[in-house]
Amino acid sequence: MTQPKTLLDKLWASHEVLKRDDGVSLLWVDRHLVHEGSHHAFAKIAARGLGVAAPHLTFAIVDHYAPTRERSRIKDPQIAHMIETLRANAKRHDLKLFDLHDPNQGIVHVVGPEQGLTLPGLLINCGDSHTSTHGAFGALAFGIGATEVAHVLATQTIWQQKPKAMRITVDGSLGAGVTAKDIALTWIARLGTGGAQGHAVEYAGSTIRALSMEARMTLCNLSIEGGARFGMVAPDEITKSYIKGRPYAPKGSNWEKATTAWDALVSDNGATFDIDVHIDASEIAPTVTWGTSPEQAMPVTATLPDLTEQDHQTREALEYMGLKAGQSLAGTPIDQVFIGSCTNGRIEDLRAAASVLKGRRAKVPGLVSPGSQLIKAQAEREGLDKVFIQSGLEWAASGCSMCVGMNGDLVQSGKRCASSTNRNFKGRQGRGARTHLMSPAMVAAAAVTGEIYDVRKLLSEGEI
Amino acid sequence: MAGWRVHTGQAVALARANVDTDQLIPARFMSVPRVQGYGDYLLHDVRRTEAGDVRNDFSLNNAPNASVLIAGPNFGSGSSREAAVYALVDAGVRAVFAPSFGDIFASNAINNGLLPARIDLAIYETLVSQLAEGTCEAKVDLENKTATIGRETFAFALDETWRTKLMNGWDDIDLTQQHAGEIALFKKNYTQITPWVAPEDIVESTL
Ligand code: SF4
Repeated sequence: MTQPKTLLDKLWASHEVLKRDDGVSLLWVDRHLVHEGSHHAFAKIAARGLGVAAPHLTFAIVDHYAPTRERSRIKDPQIAHMIETLRANAKRHDLKLFDLHDPNQGIVHVVGPEQGLTLPGLLINCGDSHTSTHGAFGALAFGIGATEVAHVLATQTIWQQKPKAMRITVDGSLGAGVTAKDIALTWIARLGTGGAQGHAVEYAGSTIRALSMEARMTLCNLSIEGGARFGMVAPDEITKSYIKGRPYAPKGSNWEKATTAWDALVSDNGATFDIDVHIDASEIAPTVTWGTSPEQAMPVTATLPDLTEQDHQTREALEYMGLKAGQSLAGTPIDQVFIGSCTNGRIEDLRAAASVLKGRRAKVPGLVSPGSQLIKAQAEREGLDKVFIQSGLEWAASGCSMCVGMNGDLVQSGKRCASSTNRNFKGRQGRGARTHLMSPAMVAAAAVTGEIYDVRKLLSEGEI
Repeated sequence: MAGWRVHTGQAVALARANVDTDQLIPARFMSVPRVQGYGDYLLHDVRRTEAGDVRNDFSLNNAPNASVLIAGPNFGSGSSREAAVYALVDAGVRAVFAPSFGDIFASNAINNGLLPARIDLAIYETLVSQLAEGTCEAKVDLENKTATIGRETFAFALDETWRTKLMNGWDDIDLTQQHAGEIALFKKNYTQITPWVAPEDIVESTL
């Protein structure tokens, strides 16, 4: 009898070219996604006189520096230069480029799945830590640094020590107004930002099975904030119906072969995990971060932690965030909102935010940047753009935007932003910016009330 | 990249947890080509006031020659930006001792000759109280995985593979190229078993 295997075991084994005596594996890479930030890696291979080993498996995307407004004339020469450099590298190495003006342009972790480049069973690398997003399809997807990007470019392989297996099982149904973002923030708050370090997280349970692909991507995306380089969900019918017919997805007889292979991508009964965590979905409330690390999150109904003598970290975070120990989180006035990013910039996210904003006015300014230009077009077909604009928010083009601020979309120092993004680190959205992470519906609730607000109250008012 | 076995220098404490990559190097500096050096961007916004003046109440600013950093848990968490490592290396840092590290940061560090050494929380706390805002002598021995910082001599944890790589200054691309035959063989088999993996050529499929 063979030993029961985890999904991780299966994905690992199918990509392992060889394993060194010291236990490190050389893995074959099926998709390599590069962006403007990959310039260091291109410079590294150029310095060695190397080319790209598998151009047809390498896709370049303009996202990190993509202007979300006035795209036809980029004002900042440094931003223009970053985009030009990616264009030049894509051209030199004959890579498919999703350029700034391509109708399919968007954030790398949105475009990959949308184009059918992300499939179950693949190994996907990108020089971006949120590459874990693609694991939502049952792929082995992980972020890498520039030296590793250069290595993948040059060899189409990556050296990697197999992580330990961890499973987070969520069972039961989520309450109204509670989303995948809240599941993620809840487990990270419980286990800490190092809680899954060195592990690949597989999400399982009835709650996860009921999630859409968009929601699964949100969940896997945030795995890295709990320290896990990998997050994944076993593929099922929801996965297949999302993929079918997408531009780069398998077709005809290849579709049949693919889906047969995908059906085997589950953790076997009896497979063991180094860490096994269970969460009851009914215990999860809309969750908001209050500090400067994603683990500093709590239900919107909670009060901020009290300070103990030794707790420097809490004190420092509260000070940076301009909050007082023991005060309630709800009711904290905000200055602006942001809806977008590879975490929560997908069509479902925009729909959820729009359903709260519809017929209401935002009390604070805000920016909505869809995860891709295709999502933007879809949202416009559904009239969501009008909902955002009529509520007073700005409707912009797609890119990483205010998630990281590289394109100039920044939060000013001392300003408080309710944000659908993934990191509340000090200075992440701009020097001195105060970021509160929450779901898109919660961001919308914050926009219309001008404060951190429990979106469920708006639901129960029956106004949605 | 040159390998190294022993390093001696000055140690300084950065006594805070979760020093993430956004703090190590703010995103706005990442478009700069590496040849220009990233040392000035290290912890840029932490070291300076909003007006841009260097804060003299920050330990690192008073230890310009420090090459060994003692930092709190979860050092280098966050993004995959290798620029965070470039900033440390270009500022002259050769080793960071912390109770834990962000995974991607640690492998980026190894790829640039920077030691991410794991130490017990108790040792971290002892070192921090000993160093306070000042500096002291440090000696790091990779071969034996021990270090002496001030009065303390202790062992640190580091994966064997990483230790070997640091000591030899190995370059992964060189290593991998030695396996070209195995890669080619793998690829041949793999393409046969999984014909659906290659991206469909959109143009052909619509013809
Ligand atoms: S949206 Fe943010 S997290 Fe996502 S790829 Fe862009 S910068 Fe990274």
